[in-house]
Amino acid sequence: MDKDRETAAPMRGAVSERTVGVVMAIVFFLIGVVMIVDNYRIGAGWASDGPQAGYFPLRIGVIICIAAAVVVFQTLRGERGKAFVTFARLRHVLVVLVPTIVFVLAIKFLGIYVASALFIAAFMRAMDRFSWLKTIVISIGVSAMLFWMFELQFLVPLPKGPLEAMFGY
Amino acid sequence: MDELGALLHGFGVALSWYNVGMMAIGIVLGIVIGVLPGLGGPNGVAILLPLTFTMQPTSAIIMLSCIYWGTLFAGAITSVLFNIPGETHSVATTFDGYPMAQQGRAGEALTASFTGSFIGAFVAVLLITFLAPLVAKFALRFGPPEFFAVYLLTFCSFVGTGKDPAKTIISMMIGFGLAAIGMDTVSGDLRMTFGWSELLRGVDFLVVVIGLFGLGEILLSMEEGLAFEGKNAKINLKVVLQTWKQLPKYWATLIRSSAIGCWMGITPGGATAASFMGYGIAKKFSPRGSKFGTGEVEGVIAPETAAHASGTAALLPMLALGIPGSATAAVLLGGLMIWGLQPGPLLFVEQKEFVWGLIASMYLSNIAGLIIVLTTVPLFAAILRIPFSIIAPIIIVVCAIGAFTVHSAMLDVWLMILFGIVGYVMKKLDYPLAPLVLSLVLGDRAENAFRQSMLASRGELSVFWSNSLVGTITTLALVMLFWPALSAAWRRLRGSKRAVA
Repeated sequence: MDKDRETAAPMRGAVSERTVGVVMAIVFFLIGVVMIVDNYRIGAGWASDGPQAGYFPLRIGVIICIAAAVVVFQTLRGERGKAFVTFARLRHVLVVLVPTIVFVLAIKFLGIYVASALFIAAFMRAMDRFSWLKTIVISIGVSAMLFWMFELQFLVPLPKGPLEAMFGY
Repeated sequence: MDELGALLHGFGVALSWYNVGMMAIGIVLGIVIGVLPGLGGPNGVAILLPLTFTMQPTSAIIMLSCIYWGTLFAGAITSVLFNIPGETHSVATTFDGYPMAQQGRAGEALTASFTGSFIGAFVAVLLITFLAPLVAKFALRFGPPEFFAVYLLTFCSFVGTGKDPAKTIISMMIGFGLAAIGMDTVSGDLRMTFGWSELLRGVDFLVVVIGLFGLGEILLSMEEGLAFEGKNAKINLKVVLQTWKQLPKYWATLIRSSAIGCWMGITPGGATAASFMGYGIAKKFSPRGSKFGTGEVEGVIAPETAAHASGTAALLPMLALGIPGSATAAVLLGGLMIWGLQPGPLLFVEQKEFVWGLIASMYLSNIAGLIIVLTTVPLFAAILRIPFSIIAPIIIVVCAIGAFTVHSAMLDVWLMILFGIVGYVMKKLDYPLAPLVLSLVLGDRAENAFRQSMLASRGELSVFWSNSLVGTITTLALVMLFWPALSAAWRRLRGSKRAVA
């Protein structure tokens, strides 16, 4: 099942699966090391009243390190030339990821409702070139519905910005 | 029959107007969530969980479990009509479901799969009704060592049945590590907060689930470039009745798939494995097995029945032992704790109304679910025709809101994005995600059980073999853990024998 997808992707202009696999395993290894160090600091041994706070997590860290080493070994021995993601496809991913990060940054200044409306509108215009009318109706409509649901119905306060403040919320 | 009396009382609880309304809302929401890419059982339930904090636990779990049933039903819709499995457990449904749709038999395929799902779920609910109380009664005798042994068995069987043991172990241990972040409940020490006061309360599993399954899935769908070209769904009474008429022919497949599903649900094999196994075994045993893949009704029924039976049966260990059999069940278990209920065998003693209300609601909601999906398929299929440029940002906004509402903290939204990226990479590298969620939810409980047993035994590991019950479970766990190695050794042994002969 996986094979069709992978062989279809040409190796040129792509990040190889080996590279990403090894890097990810090394990241996990480092996480394991951090767990070992930090839990050693708070005491991972045996006190008079039983295991100390770091006892369990330290051992978890050790297991992560061992398993990550195994994965590095496996990946290096595994087949070469499989693409993890081609740069063309990576662009598709970034097209979603970067605006998402901007959106979350904007929540702090504009509040979640205004940021959401702008975020949806930006997507609609950039990806499918919807008409301005449709874009505005849908983006503002969704935000208004969310506002109705969370602020008015469920009374769950979400981050609000200057616009909501103008209306007294 | 205590159970029947309790069940009847449960129907009384579940049949209030309010709860029936919650059921309908839950199923419809579940189908929508299941149909949309990037939203599925675990994160759909996770996003909506904060909205239920103020609700009655019984109504809350009825609604959330109905969302779960809805997503199970919905998997078939996208598989049959669009050849895109909305959930991994419906991959096997596409094998025969989509060819049927291409031949203009979409209505038949959908009716068969929904009915199969219904039957699978029904068998599993029957099992829960009669087996869960017994298991719970038995488990009342459990002390900390027994509980730790059962947790160990759960974790080990994940490792033993997983495709890649090393990756399964990493995924699971990362879950444990995340669970350990924050204030240690026993000693009050701060673990892995790195002087960051916002990490004091730990990393909430809801945030992780929304990131891994929600944003991660969106990134994956974006990369693969989704194009929905669907077949039309027409279901009318005539098609439904005609399909139902031929279903009794497939009784053997229905029974086999239900049994496989129940087994895979109780042991954490998961609905995905169950559906593939159901399909494979039906193919082997059916007289028309060679035609599977070209649009056989039986090839749709087999995986759907198994998947739904497994998804439902996953709630049995959750209710009786406090150990979820699937990622969604793990999220529901987290919900129990948030509503102030203590999961575990005592639930059947202390929260009778809750447990039996939930079980009764499973009967009702599966009937309601069947009726709703059969009558409204075209509507839900239409959702998939909404352009991705509208759906994707809305799902991301909903994920962000879901992450924020857990603790009203912006840090959680950032963590959600981080886990979205991690989830995307892990999925592409074939790291299983369910073990991570499971150990994140169970981590603290497993650790406490371990530490309590260690305290009682003064650090002697032999406490895990101190009586026949705990000894059996622990040994079983170790066998499961080393299962891949054992079976490989066995095969080599037999292989060499054959070579000698």
